[in-house]
Amino acid sequence: MNTPLIQLENISKRFGNLDVLKGINLSIYQGEILVIIGKSGTGKSVLLKHIIGLVQPDSGRIYIQGELLEELPSAKIKSYQKLLSYMFQENALFDYMTIYDNIALPLIENPDVIPSRIREKVFILMERLGLRGIENKFPAQLSGGMRKRVALARALITDPKLVLFDEPTTGLDPVRKRKVHEMITEYKEHFGFTAVIVSHDIPNIFNIAQRIAMLKDGGILFEGTKEDVFKSHGKILNDFEMGKEI
Amino acid sequence: MDKRKIEFYVGLFVIIGVLCAGYLFIVLGEINLFGQKRYPLHAYFASVSGLKANARIEMSGVEIGIVSDISIDKERLMAKVSLRINNDIELTDDSIASIRTSGIIGQKFINISSGGSDTFLKPGDEIEQTESSLDIEALIREYIFSTDSN
Amino acid sequence: MAVMQIKFIDKIGEGTINKIESLGRIALFFAVGIIHIFIKPFQGKKILDQIVFIGSKSIFVIALTGFFTGMVLGLQGYYSLVRFGSEAALGSAVALTLIRELGPVLTAIMVAARAGSAMAAEIGVMRISEQIDALRTMHINPVRFLFTPRIVASIFSFPFLTALFNVVGIFGGYISGSVILGINQNVYMGTVIESVSIEDITGGFYKALAFSVVVTTICCYRGFYMHLKGEFGARGVSTATTNAVVQSCIFILIVDYAITFFLV
Repeated sequence: MNTPLIQLENISKRFGNLDVLKGINLSIYQGEILVIIGKSGTGKSVLLKHIIGLVQPDSGRIYIQGELLEELPSAKIKSYQKLLSYMFQENALFDYMTIYDNIALPLIENPDVIPSRIREKVFILMERLGLRGIENKFPAQLSGGMRKRVALARALITDPKLVLFDEPTTGLDPVRKRKVHEMITEYKEHFGFTAVIVSHDIPNIFNIAQRIAMLKDGGILFEGTKEDVFKSHGKILNDFEMGKEI
Repeated sequence: MDKRKIEFYVGLFVIIGVLCAGYLFIVLGEINLFGQKRYPLHAYFASVSGLKANARIEMSGVEIGIVSDISIDKERLMAKVSLRINNDIELTDDSIASIRTSGIIGQKFINISSGGSDTFLKPGDEIEQTESSLDIEALIREYIFSTDSN
Repeated sequence: MAVMQIKFIDKIGEGTINKIESLGRIALFFAVGIIHIFIKPFQGKKILDQIVFIGSKSIFVIALTGFFTGMVLGLQGYYSLVRFGSEAALGSAVALTLIRELGPVLTAIMVAARAGSAMAAEIGVMRISEQIDALRTMHINPVRFLFTPRIVASIFSFPFLTALFNVVGIFGGYISGSVILGINQNVYMGTVIESVSIEDITGGFYKALAFSVVVTTICCYRGFYMHLKGEFGARGVSTATTNAVVQSCIFILIVDYAITFFLV
C-alpha cells in the first residue's frame, strides 16, 4: 500500500485529569473519504484538531507523507497547512461580517491572492452551494442549514487538498443531509480532495465513506476500508446504529 | 456599515480632534507656528531668583520676547539669562533689563526700558545695564526695621 | 501538618509561576500585535472600522463627561480659591488640573468602560464560538487580525479624545466660573492661557498615548485568553469583561503616577 497522506502514531492527549486520546493510530490516504464515528465525547473533535494543528499532542508522532512533522522545516509545515481546511461543528462564522465577507475571508487575508479574482470565485462557489442572493445578509439572519452551507463554502474556497469536517450534517433535515453528502462526493470527484468526516449520521454517511474508523473511550476500536469493516464488525455497527451500548 | 459612512465618521472625528488639539497647542501652549522670528541677546544679573525659562519679556507692558535659558556664568559667578527678542524690535545699547514681578506674588518677567543711544544691539550682544529681582522679603524687613528705629 | 505546609508552599510556587507565565503571555501578545502593524498588507479598512468604534462613537460621551468635570472643577475651585481672595486664578486651576491629570485619566477610563469592555466581550465570544480557532485554520494570525487594528485605532484616537475632553472641560469651567459665579471672562481665559505651558500639553498627550496602549492591550488580552481563566461560556466572557475594565482602570492610575513622577 502507498504511504498515507497523514499518519498519526500513538497520539495521546490529556486535558487536566481527563485522558481524551489514548494512543491513537490512524492513517489518512490521498483521495479517500475517511469517516470517524463513535459516541459523543470520545475525542473525535480533538482528534481532528490534532490533524490541523489546533491542538498539540502530549505524546505521539505525526507523519506527513511519510516524513515526521517535527523534523520538517517550518516553511514546509506552513505550506502543508495551507492545503488543509476545517469545517467547525458550530460553524464558527463571524457574526459581524456579511455572508460574502465570511466566505471570502480566507482569500482576502491571503496576500498571495489577486483581489480582482476573489469576487468571481466566491460567487461561483455560492452558486454551486445554492447560496446566491444572501451575500449581504449576516449569519444570524440565516437558518441553521444555510449557515452550515456557508461554513462549508468557507472551508472550500481555498481549494484545499484535505478537508476536515466536524459533524457537517448535524441539525439538517434529511434532504439537506443528503445534499451535503452529495456535495462532498461531488467535490471530491471534482477537485480530488481528501476528506475526514466526523459524523453521527449513520447509516447514510456510509454511502460516501471509503474508510471507517470507530472511536471508543479515546482509542480506536477498529479501522479499515468500508467493506472490511462491514464484514468483520457489522454487528457492532448495527448495534451502534440501533442505539445500543457497545 | 458601508464605506462612505465609515469615512464620514472617521473624518468627523479627525476634524474635531485636530481642532481641539490645535486649540490646546497653539492658543494655550503658545506654539510659534507661523514663525515669529526672534534674535538672541543675553544679560547678566546678580540674582534672578524666581525667574523661569519661557518667562515673558516686556517693554512698556507689551510682550516683545521670551527668556530662553537661565544658567550660571562660572567666571563672573553671576546668572546669565539668554533672551530672545522679536525681530521687529530694535534695542539701543543703553537699554536697561530689570526683573519685575506681576502683582505682589505673581510671575517674574523681564522689563526692558529703552535708552536714548543711537547704536542698536546686534544679535548675540549683551545688555549691560541690569537690575536684579526685587526681594520683597528684604524690602519688608527693611521697612519694619526702619520704622522701629524711628 | 507538614503535608499542609508543603501544599501551601506548592501553592505559592504555582501561583508565582502562573503570574510569570501570564506576564510573558501578555508581553508576547503585545509584541506580536505591534510587529504586525508593520507587516504588509496594511489593514486599513479594519483600522478605520475601529477608529469609528473607539473614536467617533466616543465623542459624545467624552464631551459630556469633560463638560461636567470642568463645571465641577470650576465650582469647587471657586469656593476653595475665594477664601484666599484669589478666585482670579480659577482659570489656571481648572486648565492645569484638566490638561495634566483629569483629561487623560478620565478619558482613558471612559474609553475603557465603553470600548474596552466591548473589545474584551467581543473577542471573548469569538474565543468560545471557536472563531479564533477558525482564523488559525484559515492561516490568519488571530492576534494580527483582532488586536493590531484595535491598538492602532486606539493610539490614534486617545490623544484626540483627550484634547476634546480638555477643551470641553475648560469651557465647562468657564460656564460655572464666569457665567454662573461671575468671574470676569477675560481674567478666566487670561489665566488659562498664561498658566498652561507647552510641556503641560505634551505631557498630557504622552499620558494619553500610554493609556491607549494599556487599555487596549489589557482588554484584548483578557478576551483573547479568557479560556485560560478556568471559566467558560457566557460566565467566562462576563468575567473576562469585568476583569478587563477593572484592571485597565487600575493600570491607568498606576501608569499615570509613574509618568507624572518622571514628567514633574
